Amino acid sequence: MRSFLLAIGLLLGLAGPALAATPADRTLRIGLREDPDILDPTLSGSYVGRIVFAGMCDKLFDYDTKLDIVPQLATGYTYKDPTHLILHLRPGVLFQDGEKFNAAAVKYTLTRDLTMVRSLRKGQINDIKSIEVINPLTVELVLKAPDAALLAQLAGRPGIMLAPDVAAKEGKDFGLHPVCAGPFRFVKRIPEQKIVLERFKRYWDAKAIHFDKVEYIPIVNSAVRLANLQAGALDLVEYIVPTDVPAVEKDPKLRIAMDTSLGYNGITFNVGNGPESKTPIGEHARLRRAFALAIDRKALIHVVYDGLYTPIAQANPPSSQFYVPSVQPPARDIKKAKALVAATGVKTPIKVTLMVPNSPDLLQAAQVIQAMEQPAGFDVKIQAMEFASSLAAARSGHFQAYMIGWSGRADADGNMYSFLHSGYGFNYGHYDDPKVDALLDAARRAPTVAARRAIYARLWGIVAKDMPVIYLWSPKNIVGLKKTLLGFRQVPDGIIRLQGMRFAK
Amino acid sequence: MQGPIGARLVQLVPTIFLVSIIVFALQQLMPGDPAVLLAGESAGNPHVVAQIRDQLLLNRPLWVQYLHWIDGVLHGNLGYSWRLSEPVSELIAQKLPVTVQLSVMAFLFAVVIGVPAGVVSAVKQGTAWDWAANAIGLSGLSIPNFWLGIVLILVVSVDLGWLPPSGYVSLARDPLRSIETTIMPAFVLGNAIAAILMRHTRSAMLQALAQDYVRTARAKGLSETRVVLRHALRNALIPVVTLGGLQLGLLLSGAVLTEQVFDIPGLGKLVVDSVFNRDYPVIQGVVLVTALLYVLINLVTDVLYAVINPRLRGG
Repeated sequence: MRSFLLAIGLLLGLAGPALAATPADRTLRIGLREDPDILDPTLSGSYVGRIVFAGMCDKLFDYDTKLDIVPQLATGYTYKDPTHLILHLRPGVLFQDGEKFNAAAVKYTLTRDLTMVRSLRKGQINDIKSIEVINPLTVELVLKAPDAALLAQLAGRPGIMLAPDVAAKEGKDFGLHPVCAGPFRFVKRIPEQKIVLERFKRYWDAKAIHFDKVEYIPIVNSAVRLANLQAGALDLVEYIVPTDVPAVEKDPKLRIAMDTSLGYNGITFNVGNGPESKTPIGEHARLRRAFALAIDRKALIHVVYDGLYTPIAQANPPSSQFYVPSVQPPARDIKKAKALVAATGVKTPIKVTLMVPNSPDLLQAAQVIQAMEQPAGFDVKIQAMEFASSLAAARSGHFQAYMIGWSGRADADGNMYSFLHSGYGFNYGHYDDPKVDALLDAARRAPTVAARRAIYARLWGIVAKDMPVIYLWSPKNIVGLKKTLLGFRQVPDGIIRLQGMRFAK
Repeated sequence: MQGPIGARLVQLVPTIFLVSIIVFALQQLMPGDPAVLLAGESAGNPHVVAQIRDQLLLNRPLWVQYLHWIDGVLHGNLGYSWRLSEPVSELIAQKLPVTVQLSVMAFLFAVVIGVPAGVVSAVKQGTAWDWAANAIGLSGLSIPNFWLGIVLILVVSVDLGWLPPSGYVSLARDPLRSIETTIMPAFVLGNAIAAILMRHTRSAMLQALAQDYVRTARAKGLSETRVVLRHALRNALIPVVTLGGLQLGLLLSGAVLTEQVFDIPGLGKLVVDSVFNRDYPVIQGVVLVTALLYVLINLVTDVLYAVINPRLRGG
């Protein structure tokens, strides 16, 4: 026994400190919170997939740190009229297989997005009626109707340009070895272990790239992600949980970069989805308003998220240009909540089942809400459920109230339309108000941000009265990184852009 | 031995067939729509979800889906991962060696710690050695793997910087680095099994040491070491081998928690991620392969009985 322990000790000792040495080469190692799905921009649906695409695939447009749309593979755009968008393309750009990026490539990629079986992009750009090649560096998108969100879509996954020859040859297998026009080319993927990219030397903006290789390493457990960062096995972790922030800040080698995100968390009520909507909370808007008034968002955030997140009462975070400043979360008001409950004549305690995906933080938040609701006359029962099961229950109407989050989009439409418009998939409670539908449609056609914001202000007025969703908080993007990693630009969409980043010498 | 082994091999066919039906039926009982999960951030669009359901045959009757899948399996095609678009057989071929390496290392830890500790504990019954061995056994059984794993990562990797905190390097690529990345998870896994082996070895040894043939061996003047190792241990090992076989089978079916904590890309991690993403072809493929492995290990265990105890060779 003793000799065995000695052997173990020796083995560990032999391994010694050399094992913990940080990578000396110019390889950037990024820790992801989960393994991305398929690496085909047309078929991909995961959030972390977008982080990998940022290293591999440039888009027509991108966002800067203020969420303004800036040129990337397109150098600019002009609207001939609201249904004719001209895109001017960057000259001298090559795909990683040597193909030239041009108007034909744009046409090919957008056509693929619109027509490929199982394309997840089709719904995002289906206002495009046709794509016309004007000349090699100019392309015209003819729209079925004005679409205010289209440019934002071209700054997202639909804007990722694919090497046409490779995409045509590979078909549905393109995601197994994707080829784009980004700074790093795909080398290999070992599912659930890592994705390896290496520098594409003929990248159009090569001077902005300072790494030879990038590795994306999915680590689901947040404590293990943090341990890897602390041990030097990762250079950057794209998401640190709020309760781990002090540990990173205490570490002299590390730092935290924190900024607002585009997402939100809230409680969706079942107001019309099947028999389970026929409950007091589903049938009485006043009860839902009372429920909302009983919640102290600041206290909730303080308890569960160390006070780091932002209380909200709308789907767009304060960093969004579509944020309506006049729509503020109300202060907790038990007296008013009780009065609203009394006005409905429903006998208390009113039973409400709150379905929650079984992540520790959301469960804790649900418990805080449960305690806050009691004085207002609500008896909240928490129903913890595995995430996919909770989604299924929500879609089939087997819920009364559902606490769920959304990663968020820079354009407000992506945070609102599918969630509040009747007949759309994220509208789990089947909220159906023709006025809200009309406003959401009108916002899509509105010509300016100011005009859209004004429409949204009216919409929030109706939503605050009907209360199909209680918006609770907007999370923060919390990135942990080595202090020796310089040039990191934090954009509210949470995507890690590699341009300009480098290790200190 | 060919007769019984042949019969056991024939039994494999209905067993695996039954497993395939059970797995297929059970996963259909899981709540959650794979099409919604595959649509990800586009699930808000009902047309997208409908199109995915259609393409994956999820709208077809269950028996049609089963026949479609089993037809592929019988032709050597386990299907494609819905989430990654990779062939399931390739995914399993990638992950299986990782799990086998981890399992074998863990098993070695377990045997090297558990069996000697059990023998010493039985031979030195009631002494400090016995107490110490029991304490080791009890701690191995009581300490949760994920807790021990995280503590080891924090102490050995973060504080001492001796070993990488997680990840995996294959044996073929860099043997030393491979051992570095798997030694901690193997120890964590082996620790719990060592405790079980220790308890059973101790119990079997105590029984064996009380037998007449041991007394006779001692009366013949054989050394105590010879009595313990040649006479008592050999007989005591039979139930331990059975147990070891079962434990190895369990290890090979994926050490889910340990693989998650140490980010080891083995079968356990693959199947858990596939369950969370409702990637049915991967779940079916992995369960089928692990069931096959499990049955084969039991077969090997039966063969080992005969090697250890010649009286069982008659079949």
